This record gives sequence, C-alpha cells and structure tokens, in this order.
Amino acid sequence: MNPLNHWRGALAALSLAGLAGLSQAQEIYIPIISKGFQHQFWQAVKSGADQAAKDLKVRVSFEGPETEQQVDKQLDMLSAALAKKPRAIGLAALDSKAAIPLLRRAQQAGIPVIAFDSGVDSDIPLTTAQTDSKAAAALAADKMAEKIGGAGQVAVIGHDQTSTTGTGRRDGFVERIKSRYPNIQVVDVQYGGGDHLKSAEIAKTLVQAHPQLKGIFGTNEGSAIGAGRGIREAKKTGLVIIGFDSGKAQKDMIRDGTIAGAITQNPVGIGYRTVEAAVKAIKGEKLPKIIDTGFYYYDKSNMGDPKIAAVLYD
Amino acid sequence: MTSRPASNWSAQARQMLLAMASLLALVLVFSLLKPEAFMTTDNLIGILQSTTVIGVLAIASTFVIVTGGIDLSVGVLMTFCAVTGGVVMAEWRAPLWLGVPATIGTGALCGALSGLAITRLRVPPFIATLGMMMLLKGLSLIITRTKPIYFSDVEGFDQIALGSWIETWLPSLPLPNGVLIFAAVAVISAVVLRKTVLGRYALAIGSNEEAVRLSGVNVSRWKVLIYGFAGGICGVAGLLIASRLNSAQPALGQGYELDAIAAVVIGGTSLSGGVGSLLGTVIGAFIMSVLINGLRILSVAQEWQMVLTGAIIILAVYTDKLRRQQD
Repeated sequence: MNPLNHWRGALAALSLAGLAGLSQAQEIYIPIISKGFQHQFWQAVKSGADQAAKDLKVRVSFEGPETEQQVDKQLDMLSAALAKKPRAIGLAALDSKAAIPLLRRAQQAGIPVIAFDSGVDSDIPLTTAQTDSKAAAALAADKMAEKIGGAGQVAVIGHDQTSTTGTGRRDGFVERIKSRYPNIQVVDVQYGGGDHLKSAEIAKTLVQAHPQLKGIFGTNEGSAIGAGRGIREAKKTGLVIIGFDSGKAQKDMIRDGTIAGAITQNPVGIGYRTVEAAVKAIKGEKLPKIIDTGFYYYDKSNMGDPKIAAVLYD
Repeated sequence: MTSRPASNWSAQARQMLLAMASLLALVLVFSLLKPEAFMTTDNLIGILQSTTVIGVLAIASTFVIVTGGIDLSVGVLMTFCAVTGGVVMAEWRAPLWLGVPATIGTGALCGALSGLAITRLRVPPFIATLGMMMLLKGLSLIITRTKPIYFSDVEGFDQIALGSWIETWLPSLPLPNGVLIFAAVAVISAVVLRKTVLGRYALAIGSNEEAVRLSGVNVSRWKVLIYGFAGGICGVAGLLIASRLNSAQPALGQGYELDAIAAVVIGGTSLSGGVGSLLGTVIGAFIMSVLINGLRILSVAQEWQMVLTGAIIILAVYTDKLRRQQD
C-alpha cells in the first residue's frame, strides 16, 4: 500500500484538532487542571467553570486524569498547560508535594495559580477555592438543634482526626453547639475512618452508652451511612442523624427517613469561584487566602430541587 | 510471515521509516499550529519526561509480546516495585546502592513468577498476568496501608528522574536524568533483543515455539527468564515514577499496561509474536506522548483527545497490517 495513506490519515485527524486550535482569538485563557474528569462531582465543577467563563468572557479548558491516583498524568497535564503560557491557571492537586516543581515554574513565569478543592503545601497558590468545612458543619449543628428541639444529648461520628476536612467538620459542629445551644451537650466524638461497618458499630455503642441520645452527626458519606445502619440494627427510633456529602446509599436513607438530612458541598460553586478568582488575579486584585465556595443542607423535601439535584451525586 | 528477524530487515526498516515519518509529521503539524507553545524547551522536555515511564514499560512489554505472550501486569508491577523501593529506602532507610537493585530485583522476581505460572502451571499469559496484576495491586495497597510513601528524606532520590547531569556540563540543555535512563534502557534492551541468546530465543519462540522446542531448547526456562527480564525493566520504571513524584503512589499504574501495549503495536511489533523492534516501540511511545501533548497544547477537549488517540492507534496498526500483507 501507499505509505502516503499513513500520513493522510494522521493529517486528517490533526486538521480536526487544528481547527480547535486556530479558532482561539486573543482572549484570556485559563486552563483548569482538576483531580478528575468523568465523575459527577468533577463534571459539576466543570459546569461551574464553564458558566464563569461565559459570564466573565474568558476561555477555560478543563482536564483531569482518569483516576485520582494518576499523579504523573496530572503533572503532564499541568506541564502542557504551562507551555501554553496562560494568564492564570487553576489546579486541584492530587498530590500537593509532587506538583511543587511545576508550581515553581509557574511562579517564575509569572502565572498566577489558583488552587481549588483542596490546598497545596506551598504558598505559591494565591488562594484556594474550597468548601469552608467549619461553616458547613456549623449548619449541620443548626439543623440538628432544630430537629431535636434545642435540647438534649448528641454525638459525632467523625471520619478521621488528621485531615483538614475531618477536623474542620468536627470542630465546626462542636463549636457551634457550644456557642449557640447551651441546652445541647456533645457527649461523645468517635472516629470510624469513614468506614460503613466501623461507623455502624460506633453508632450501636453510642446508643448503648447514652440511652438519652437524641442525635448523631456523621461527618462524611461513610460515617453517615454507618450511623444510619447502626441505629437500624439497634432498632432505635426517633434519633436524628445528619450526614455529609451524598452518594446513593445516603440519598436512599434520606428518602426513607433513616437520615434526616445532610450537608452537600457545592462543586458548581467551586468551579465558578476558581475561574472568578483567576480573573481577579490577572487584574491584580487582592484575594483572600481561602474562598468559601458554599454548601447546602438537603433533605427529603428539597432533593428534587434542580439547584440541589445538580450538586448531589450517586 | 518470515520467522528469522534477519530476513525481514528491509521490511522492518521500512516500517521504522514510516513510524519515524509519522512522528516527524506530528511534530511538524503541532509546531506549525502553535510554535510559541509547542516548540519551547520546557514543552519538549515535558514531552520527553512524560514519555519515560510509558516508554520503559513499553520496552518491557515488547520482550513479552515478541514471544507471542502478553503482560497485563506491567503497570501495576511498576507500582509494586516503587512501593518496595519506598519500604526499603524511605522506611528502612537503606542507601540508594541497596534500594535501587532491590527495586529492580523485585520486578525481575515478580516477572519470573508470572513466567513460572505460564510455563509450569500452563496458565495462559493473559490470565496469569491478569492475576498477577490484581495480586500486586492488592499487595501494594496492603503494604502502604493505601497511603503514599514519600521519599522526602531519601537523599538524592528525586535526582534519579528529575536531576540533570547534562545540565551541569551543558547549562543550556536541562535534560532530566530520567530521559537519559530511558535512553540507556532502550539501547541496552535493543542489544539484548538483537544480539543475545535471550532476545533471539524470544523472537524465535514467538515465531514458532514448537520448532524451538524440537531443536532442543528449554523453552519454559527461557520464557521464565524473558518475563523476569521484562519485570526487571518494570522495576526501572518504578524507580523513575517514584523519583518523579518523590513518592510511591500505591493505587497508580492500572491502565498503564494498555498505553504500553499501544506504543508497542504502533511501533510495528506484532501481537502474534515473532516480529518486533525496540526502536519501533520507542517511536511508538513518542507518537502517543507527542499526540497527547500536542492536542493539549491546542486545547482540544479531553473527550476528543481520547477519540483521536484511539483512531490513530487503529490507523497505525491497520497500515502496518496492509504493508505486511503486501510484502
């Protein structure tokens, strides 16, 4: 066969790619390097970024590796993004230490870096757009107080005592109860590692140890589902569980009333605020160290609300 | 198809020229479309850097594929080696001169175990290495308790991939050591495949295993050695990725075997065995990484990057097939 065909095929494919490349004018371009790409959560982040790009008249691209373990592929993406000499860049680092050499390169090239979803162990990013864990957990405390009538004993099943989300959600809940609801006592804080089974065992022991217990706050998906399962196994009724994040099992438990409601983060807001912050950084505006991207409380009554449904995932 | 590598040298040379031409065409197109971003030192080094790990894995895969076998465990084996290196160097605090051979040795050992499962237990290579992949993935997660092992305290470890010996001699050429190691692995492997008994038997087994057996060669033993050799190369990939990330990431690696296999077949090595070239594999790895990098530089949406890469893999192998039929 004619070796030219080899070329022709490759060129046909490339001209398609070329069209995408040539259509760009001199507008502001901001690549967003995410932790993922195909999961519901990251698609929601992407839709927020796209919306902001439209509102602020900039161009964004959104890329992330196929799994959250492919740290090296994320670095390749970041490296290619830097080669395009963008005006700013958004990054949700999979491994904050591994990204530092490339972030230094961005710094030397004068490209502002906006972190999102989780911070980086470095002061190179100008700001981090993420959920304010403490404020989100404080909302959980308010909802808990409302459901148990402002008085009684409650407990926390945490997912861990070291990560920023683990400590932030625990402290946010406990501090709000202490400062605002003098008639509510947090009688225990236990850690189940986010594991369903372990969290269920903890829930069962909690109701044994505290027969008057009125509510449990589960600080992540696994903790909340575990709490629901433990209470069910212990055949305890009338206990209020407030959860965090979504996931199919938790949504089902909210539908059937095992869990009263949960706090969800706002991935759409994370994407929007990241692009917004990047544009501000380009204009030289000062940015706060953390940008709170917001969160919602949801329960049976508002799960179908398009605004809420958009940020929930299975 | 001819069985002896020497007799189809001209056909292979032509395939090589074709692959090389495709690579150059890609580079040319991207440089024309976006010279200010694509043709920069930083970006070219970025491409080299991103080719090292998949390139080394593809070299390992080539040895197995020319025997008519397949190794699905290379990506996860790389990770397992990185984890072993992490335990030996970062946790036990063993020096580099001990940790590096231990990492490569782990790869060789695991590869040889796959070879034993294939030859002694008569499990087909696809299944044996699939099992090995799952087994090693589990072990990596168990050993690390699912958390990365960081090499921050291991003096000089990040220099293996990220440092630059060349830069100290030639400050204008900051070529990372990882790229030099990749080149060294490629050259050594090419010599092993063409000039040593191991390489010749690998090609011969792939082209007609029965004939090799009947001529009195202990095929089983050589297969174990070939899988072991390939495993050792995966160990080198493990060192490269761990050094680049300065950590052993226990859940990484699955899926990398498919990228490696794609590079091998783009390079003209036949999946049915007996025919293969390491230069082709290296070019195949570069075609993949240049394509992905170029599409990123052009800001092509990620979904379309996948579509185009898939189409080009099929196209490359199709033209290779047609050419072979014509020969």
